[in-house]
Amino acid sequence: MKRLFFLLLFLNIIFAANAQKFMTKNGYIGFYSKTSMEEIKADNNQVVGALDTSTGEMVFQALIKSFHFDRALMEEHFNENYMESDKFPKSVFKGKITNLSSVDFAKSGTYDVTVEGDLTIHDITNKVSIKGTIEVISGGINANSKFNIIPEDYKINIPGVVREKINKNLEVTVTMKYSPITNK
Amino acid sequence: MLILSLITLAIFAQDDLMNLLNQNSTKEINYTTATFKSTRIMNGHSIERMPEGQLDVRISHRFGTINSGAYNFWGLDQSNIHLSLEYGILNWLMIGVGRGSYEKTFDGFAKFTVLRQSTGAKEMPVSLSIVTSAALKSLKFTDQTRSNYFTSRMSYVAQVLVARKISQALSIQITPSYVHRNLVATELDPNDIYSLGAGARIKLSKRISLNGEYYYVMNPKTYLSQQVYNPLSVGFDIETGGHVFQLFFTNSLGMIEKAFIGETTTTWTKGGIHFGFNISRVFTLKKHNVPKPL
Repeated sequence: MKRLFFLLLFLNIIFAANAQKFMTKNGYIGFYSKTSMEEIKADNNQVVGALDTSTGEMVFQALIKSFHFDRALMEEHFNENYMESDKFPKSVFKGKITNLSSVDFAKSGTYDVTVEGDLTIHDITNKVSIKGTIEVISGGINANSKFNIIPEDYKINIPGVVREKINKNLEVTVTMKYSPITNK
Repeated sequence: MLILSLITLAIFAQDDLMNLLNQNSTKEINYTTATFKSTRIMNGHSIERMPEGQLDVRISHRFGTINSGAYNFWGLDQSNIHLSLEYGILNWLMIGVGRGSYEKTFDGFAKFTVLRQSTGAKEMPVSLSIVTSAALKSLKFTDQTRSNYFTSRMSYVAQVLVARKISQALSIQITPSYVHRNLVATELDPNDIYSLGAGARIKLSKRISLNGEYYYVMNPKTYLSQQVYNPLSVGFDIETGGHVFQLFFTNSLGMIEKAFIGETTTTWTKGGIHFGFNISRVFTLKKHNVPKPL
């Protein structure tokens, strides 16, 4: 019994070590909204993200306070009034590439992918399906995507007086430059 | 054993990537923001600063006293005004210049952010700022026959501001203050005024808060050429996008420290209350240092 346990444990480690994992600590997520009254743009260059090429699993995690705006006051309002970042400090995405078979991680090139998963913003989790590209380059993998989100889907209330200043759909851009994890 | 092992395998596969992220996310300093909505609690400074490159244009009014009666429309016929331009030079230094109709005063201040309340990689329980200011009273000297000096027009203020945002809804501040007036009305009046201020904010909604502010003046208030009182202000902050409106009742007429700490001559108990407001509008002169996409 004891031997079996160690055998299984050993197998677990093998499994874990075999998995092809890539990650980044300075991934980029930005969002953009434009109306005739106001242009809003925020950038976050401190997104941590990981990709498992054997299973197609993808995860991202972004600190809300790491989103930076041109205007300091806008940034304060974003954190205080909209995202409530002291209560909900992070946004998380957990998903999986649905068409993993169409990506050849051994061959350089750009592949169109669809990623499905759970996107958590403002403590509200929604199922999303996002189209993007996986770019296999020597020594790494890039993932790019552009998609829209609706703040109201995440219970982010926008009061009437500023409603016209913020586009109903926010355009989100994701750019990840992963490098392989060697000793994990 | 087998089950246990299989469970570990399952957990490994599922939360593996998430654990990887958590292990690799660096602990950041999480600075407390918006302890107060504005750089003033009501009359006096709050620990809030203008961030670098932001200009705050402030227009403040204090009307006459409510007990001045219907003839003066309960004070609204009279109006004292203070205009100021305030700018964040660095993220820890802001300066401001202003002009008030009270004694035709020009004023200037510098506010230094010494400590910022934070959690995470750096734990700091309070925010601390220092305010120093000088004011020049340009009102004509009452006695033109004697030799009047320019320095007699000056007064100076030093304050230490210590605040804590206790929760999302409640912030408090204490403000030991020192006011020095080069020239006072009579020998009875002190040149140096020591006081302890206290202020608080209670958020009623995301955009409206109830504020209160009080300064306890330590100098004796008897045997002065004019009776003075401790200033007390109560009112609301209303925030609408780029503007902050502060609407309140106060027994002080002056809008600078020297005036409201040392020269508040009416009292709440006798209806000597002024309605007042501050309007703050922030303009971005220099864009925030935004990290560019890699």
